[in-house]
Amino acid sequence: MSNAGTGEVDGEITDALLKTRRFLTHADISDDMRTIHKEGGREGDVFYRDRWSHDKIVRSTHGVNCTGSCSWKVYVKDGIITWETQETDYPSVGPDSPEYEPRGCPRGAAFSWYTYSPTRVRFPYARRVLLEMYREAKARLGDPVLAFAEISEDPQKRTRYQSGRGKGGLVRTSWEEALEITAAAQVNTIKKYGPDRIVGFSPIPAMSMASHASGARYTSLLGGSMVSFYDWYADLPIASPQIWGDQTDVPESADWWNAAYLIMWGSNIPVTRTPDSHFMTESRYNGTKVVVVSPDYADNTKFADTWMAAHPGTDGALAMAMGHVVLKEFYVDKQVPRFIEYSKAYSDLPNLISLKEREPGVYVPDRFITAVDLGDTTEQANLKTVVIDEATGELAVPNGSLGFRYTESGVGKWNLDLGDIDPLLSVYKDQTSESVALALPRFDIGQESSEGGGIMQRGVPVRHVAGRLVTTVYDLMLASYGVKRDGLPGEWPGSYDDVTQPYTPAWQEEITSVPAATVTRVAREFADSADRSGGRSMITLGAGTNHWFHSDETYRAIIALVTLTGCQGVNGGGWAHYVGQEKCRPYTGWAQLASAGDWQRPPRQMAGTAFFYSATDQFRYDNMGAQELASPLGTGLFKGMSMSDCVAKSVRMGWMPSYPTFNRNPLKICDDAVEAGETPQDYVVSQLRSGDLEFAADDPDAAENWPRVMTVWRANLLGSSSKGNEYFLRHLLGTNNQVRADETPPEQRPRDVRWRDEAPIGKLDLLASIDFRMTSTGIFSDILFPAATWYEKEDLNTTDMHPFIHAFTPAIDPPWETASDYDTFVALSKVFSRLARQHLGVRKDLVAVPLLHDTPGETKQPGGVVRDWKLGECEPIPGVTMPNLAVVERDYGQIAAKMTALGPNVENLGTTVKGITLKSVREVERLKEINGTVKGGIADGRPRLDQAKHACEVILALSGTTNGRVAVAGFKQLEERTGQRLADLAEDNEGKQIRFTDTQSSPQSVITSWEWSGSEHGGRRYSPFTINVERLKPWHTLTGRQHYFLDHDWMAELGEWLPAYRPPLGMSRLFGPPTSGFDGALEVTVRYLTPHSKWSIHSEYQDNLFMLSLSRGGPDIWMSNIDAAKAGIKDNDWIESSNRNGVVVARAVVTHRMPEGTVYMYHAKDRLIDVPKAESSGKRGGIHNSLTRLLMKPSHFIGGYAQLSYGFNYYGPTGNQRDEVTVIRRRSQEVEY
Amino acid sequence: MRVMAQMGMVMNLDKCIGCSTCSVTCKQAWTNRPGVEYVWFNNVETRPGQGYPRGYEDQEKWKGGWKLDRKGRLRLKAGGRIRKLATIFSNPNLPNVDDYYEPWTYDYDSLLNAPAGDDFPVARPKSLITDKDMKVEWSANWDDDLGGATEHGYKDPIVAKLGDKVKFEFEQAFMFYLPRICEHCINPSCVASCPSGAMYKREEDGIVLVDQDKCRGWRMCVSGCPYKKVYFNHTTGKAEKCTMCYPRLEVGQPTVCSETCVGRLRYLGLVLYDADRVAEAATEPDETKLMAAQKSILLDPRDPEVLAEARRSGIPEDWLEAAQNSPVYDLACRYDVALPLHPEYRTLPMVWYIPPLSPVVDALTETGHDGEDIGNLFGAIDAMRIPIEYLAELFTAGDIDPVNDVLRKLAAMRSHMRTVNLGEAVDPSIAEAVGMTIAEMESMYRLLAIAKYEDRYVIPSAHTEVANALLEELPGCSVDFTSTNGDSPVGEAKPVPVTIESFQLTKQRLEAEQYSDLDHKQ
Repeated sequence: MSNAGTGEVDGEITDALLKTRRFLTHADISDDMRTIHKEGGREGDVFYRDRWSHDKIVRSTHGVNCTGSCSWKVYVKDGIITWETQETDYPSVGPDSPEYEPRGCPRGAAFSWYTYSPTRVRFPYARRVLLEMYREAKARLGDPVLAFAEISEDPQKRTRYQSGRGKGGLVRTSWEEALEITAAAQVNTIKKYGPDRIVGFSPIPAMSMASHASGARYTSLLGGSMVSFYDWYADLPIASPQIWGDQTDVPESADWWNAAYLIMWGSNIPVTRTPDSHFMTESRYNGTKVVVVSPDYADNTKFADTWMAAHPGTDGALAMAMGHVVLKEFYVDKQVPRFIEYSKAYSDLPNLISLKEREPGVYVPDRFITAVDLGDTTEQANLKTVVIDEATGELAVPNGSLGFRYTESGVGKWNLDLGDIDPLLSVYKDQTSESVALALPRFDIGQESSEGGGIMQRGVPVRHVAGRLVTTVYDLMLASYGVKRDGLPGEWPGSYDDVTQPYTPAWQEEITSVPAATVTRVAREFADSADRSGGRSMITLGAGTNHWFHSDETYRAIIALVTLTGCQGVNGGGWAHYVGQEKCRPYTGWAQLASAGDWQRPPRQMAGTAFFYSATDQFRYDNMGAQELASPLGTGLFKGMSMSDCVAKSVRMGWMPSYPTFNRNPLKICDDAVEAGETPQDYVVSQLRSGDLEFAADDPDAAENWPRVMTVWRANLLGSSSKGNEYFLRHLLGTNNQVRADETPPEQRPRDVRWRDEAPIGKLDLLASIDFRMTSTGIFSDILFPAATWYEKEDLNTTDMHPFIHAFTPAIDPPWETASDYDTFVALSKVFSRLARQHLGVRKDLVAVPLLHDTPGETKQPGGVVRDWKLGECEPIPGVTMPNLAVVERDYGQIAAKMTALGPNVENLGTTVKGITLKSVREVERLKEINGTVKGGIADGRPRLDQAKHACEVILALSGTTNGRVAVAGFKQLEERTGQRLADLAEDNEGKQIRFTDTQSSPQSVITSWEWSGSEHGGRRYSPFTINVERLKPWHTLTGRQHYFLDHDWMAELGEWLPAYRPPLGMSRLFGPPTSGFDGALEVTVRYLTPHSKWSIHSEYQDNLFMLSLSRGGPDIWMSNIDAAKAGIKDNDWIESSNRNGVVVARAVVTHRMPEGTVYMYHAKDRLIDVPKAESSGKRGGIHNSLTRLLMKPSHFIGGYAQLSYGFNYYGPTGNQRDEVTVIRRRSQEVEY
Repeated sequence: MRVMAQMGMVMNLDKCIGCSTCSVTCKQAWTNRPGVEYVWFNNVETRPGQGYPRGYEDQEKWKGGWKLDRKGRLRLKAGGRIRKLATIFSNPNLPNVDDYYEPWTYDYDSLLNAPAGDDFPVARPKSLITDKDMKVEWSANWDDDLGGATEHGYKDPIVAKLGDKVKFEFEQAFMFYLPRICEHCINPSCVASCPSGAMYKREEDGIVLVDQDKCRGWRMCVSGCPYKKVYFNHTTGKAEKCTMCYPRLEVGQPTVCSETCVGRLRYLGLVLYDADRVAEAATEPDETKLMAAQKSILLDPRDPEVLAEARRSGIPEDWLEAAQNSPVYDLACRYDVALPLHPEYRTLPMVWYIPPLSPVVDALTETGHDGEDIGNLFGAIDAMRIPIEYLAELFTAGDIDPVNDVLRKLAAMRSHMRTVNLGEAVDPSIAEAVGMTIAEMESMYRLLAIAKYEDRYVIPSAHTEVANALLEELPGCSVDFTSTNGDSPVGEAKPVPVTIESFQLTKQRLEAEQYSDLDHKQ
């Protein structure tokens, strides 16, 4: 007898018993006794109703180095911040698209924890031993500067406080004292060594512009150097300036929705672009196919229609093979009209390249043919590139190349309008075409003996032009990619299945392990989608591909896929590089404030990686000479040169900045010049010639060339981004470290740069930092200032992921003794001015500036020909063959006055960004009304800048993205130069002026501006280079087009004329296999990668209790179950990971999600949470960057030539860290702290 | 027919990125306080994986939910309620702290306060239960992203059941995320398990709540809930659970977990059901037919008869309108793409899931086929990485057909929309192949892909007359509450509202010189 389906419950006795409940409660009990219903509003509900209540909700955001820029509601009850949830009121994307709401991630959702957390820095702190010595000396000497000078110069005292760094012993001090010590150290440095020995480090202005600008402004006013970050973080894709002459510009995330084919390549979007990943998942419903390239089964692999699990670092091989398929099937076998037309108009493919005979009958590529080769003798003809007109067969000089950008003759002609010219893509006609054999580099062979690779023989069709043998970039590309055409000499792949010849699908399978058929299919689908959708194939790129030593070549190979298929500059298509929140949308205003250019110019802005390479003495351990990287096709330019020799050469030729610059105080240089009766410029040249003056880069370890005072804010340099962390600790700070490497043996030491037998230990006189939470940077600091959090200050925030600007707003006042970064630097400027008035007065400062991109400096070394004045190859001419030399007057007693007022250069000299100079007179007048004016002193009548909100108003008023008038004025200037209609992109917003209060009330859509390359006009989604494509505005490159070919001497030496596959560095061969130091221990040697973490944003949040509770509670290393088995490691075992650079202690996460042979230590693990002492050293285990070290590539220091010119965060060596290997061992499970 | 309204949720797992933002915002808003450190009203678990608490789906062990007795009557799995009353002091099926995790903190302030020493200071983990140093061995999300899966993935009850269909090898790797809140079941076994009558289901919207005044801390609800979504606050001695953010719903706002879901995968809306047929549905003998039985009691909000009955039951007009616009009804009943979690527990859960589609094309295209080709589209589903059996064990008591139907619809939608996206000729056979019209398919697409805020969340506000009643019962002033908690292990003392409690905690932190001076356990 079954009662199933009848609804009977329990049995009779139970029913009877339960029925009694009906008499005990007023509630509605169901007839079958199964459940109880009650109406709403019961007393028992009060508990949660009250929990939900709050007094106010304040809009703010998170100034963390992610690309979030999410707007949040911060809940406040009884003056206490309780929690946060996301705002959902972004301006609409339109009716047929998903919206931006809600943007956020678990990390941001956990932020308010910091407000009252035990790791909050609530008061100013100082290193006790330093403080006591300072107080004693000050009492005795009666002067803060003299007191600091004494303790920092007395070797014993110096060692006492330096060796105590990081080892506890911080004590509370007063604001007054903390400011005074910091200012005294800075005054002492300027006086004794020079202002360029003062260093400021604060990354990513976009994440909190006023906070960044405050310290950068202060540092710049002193004449100190701000250190770059985008390149230092290895987030800068060097390929971007190389190809486009643009730092980085990418589509906003809502543009993924417009894609028809989406490859996520080394870019784990759910983890690293959490707020935006929905556009990816939703785009799939639009029929967009999703392909993932990742070595592990990553979070985004879940969404992949196809997963290509390429071995780490082999992405270039995969991309080259895809390029091979695209070129063969869509350019050679058939010609897709859209691709061909796009390539002719927007790329350098039709440009002519001269060939150079390397050995009899075998040629190598040489240089772009320019108008000079055609006999043109007008100005900058050597920067006007040449094509063949298909219609006439004649040579033609199309508009738009660099030679049109700065010249009188170029007015109205710097554009991509080809007019009647139909550029010839290939000089090949048929198998009877004249051709020559070509030697091209390949890097997939010979790595057992060198990084330089070998040579492959291919052939190209040729023409004779002005007595030279030439071909096109396109023909070189086909040769390089191995796409055969009948009649051409050389060795070519027989088919896609040829494993021996680069760059076939089968060839790449041997390297990447991705099946050749899959690669072929994806390449075909990608190009086919691009054709059918009008260019809507997109590739998102991330740190997984970018943080490698040869990322530039890898990126060139990947980007070639989107340019060959006509996807770049099209909504829904193109590259999407998402590493680093580089996009400070209101760029002009921020740049003006941060450089203090409103008062004095130029600022000192230093390339971060080069700076730290010298400052932390990592060059002393780098036995990888430049020649190691040279192709056998090179001419020996790098023979005998260490990487530091290359740095020194680059610096003296005016390519890359160098601060500290000379081995003499730049204030003294000016004094000496006066004494010598010469201009400072002439004096420097003659002193350099005579050898009486040297660049500091020639002798980084000389005491007079050390950086002396460093201030870090909005950053955790020492717990996060410091590649070669242990070298920082040893040489920069002078404290405990676990450096295990030996110094470079004599035969591999620098040739030109001086080697000092005793390496300096502890270069910094003072490390000061500002933070609201305790990090390694705080731990190692001598002075630690307590900062306001992101819910306690006013500021501005933007990202490249969305087209809005919005605000930080204080939900509460800064509690305890905390203060905003802005207020801290204003306070510091006042103390500094007081001390400086007496010790420094008014001085002249000699500032050396490299040949800068987007200035006429980039026209000074045409052809990329290396001429070193020191070797007598040319004369030392400032601003031509060596850095520009500028004299800046510094009234050190007036720093505070300048800090807190907007200076007159804004309207007198104007603001200059990307070659556009605007004198914003009306904006300054308006700012006087908005901010009020200063009364009295040197800044009398100037707009006030003493509060962060004043700075925010300045940023908004001076930038085109936030002030329509500025946008229109800039476009009009550009119209004159290009002869193209542009201003209409902003004219409908000409009257729009976004105020700070607007950004506080809701996220504000930005205005289309010449500061960027895409358009938001008419509510469209931002995609880079749409202005270039649609309005024929040139890219800021040599040809004005997108470059496949780069013709600099050093590029040629490296064999990197064109995209190529360069494998990860052979670390074991170069530096010896990693060892644990435990003979006979069960261990496994693996690739060591540090991808971005799900539970932190860099080191932020990795100490947050919520994030720790949702993960493993401390540092861990993810490894394959196969590798774990080899080393006898079980899940959650304590392990040690070591190599020559240091030792890490962590717990193992064992999973089949990881590929064999590779481990992940998710970036960024500070050493402060649950890190025991290492068994191998007896010292505290290191951070994730304890196993890495800087390795530099000479092509990153090139300068003075078109897009290959220096710009702050635009070009410069990258702090890549992905090529590293480590050995992992299960350690004793008994750990000590 | 007795019409009742139920607030339900649908989560589209195909869009879930596993970020856990929902867990954090929920925790911050509701359970960031002593006694509930380990409590996650909302959690996100990686599957395959054990879930939270570990292995909660193993009802042979925990005996949660209902079963049919030999006579086909509905009984609590843990035994008849007499047995429950008899074992009130020794609940044998209760998860202990190890099944959740031992919550911990760190001695953070040692970082700032460490005296000068010979090495860098470090913050060690400290148990929040014992206050002692500990090694972290498990957390709220330990096996996230398949961490440790090769060693303990087989403890996932579904994996254990499916045997070698799930392999923990790189080449076969797959995962997806399962966010979970209280199911607010139509037939809640927790309510039935409570001997104190403290648990109840709200008349107007079906939200299942614990009356904090009435709860006596017997914890029968904890074991009775097969989803383990009722927790025990060890400080107040009361049960606590997801409230579906009723203070927000009452004013027309989505739940915290929904509004903060950056995957935009949650939908909130009313469904109407026939309360007279609940038991009938719950006693459907064939487990694989339970979902259909549950759907059969959900009423068409446009059916005039239903509307008439609903009005008779006192459901206000604007609630009926909301029911008609409900995305939950649409996804579950109109498009038939949302499935209940573990219908075999017979609780008639009301948080439903769209199973994850991807990656589908991968396995098929290794053979060189174009998985997007309409001809291969459905073959691809058979070859997908996630074994369909695994999804069926979660959502359909093991019946793969309904899961397959949903995945086919999603795949067909992608295929259809690709032609629209590329501006190419639309092929009506794609929609027809899954029993839909083009119009239906495109409106489903809008709901799933475009998913505007107002389409995801259709929430009628509480009525003014109800709101007034609520107002009267609100405390006049928050200081009416004392700051001390009850000492009784079964929580006889009146609980202190959470805001007061955490306010005092943070206030103490604000005023304390050192964090270590505080008794953060209090």
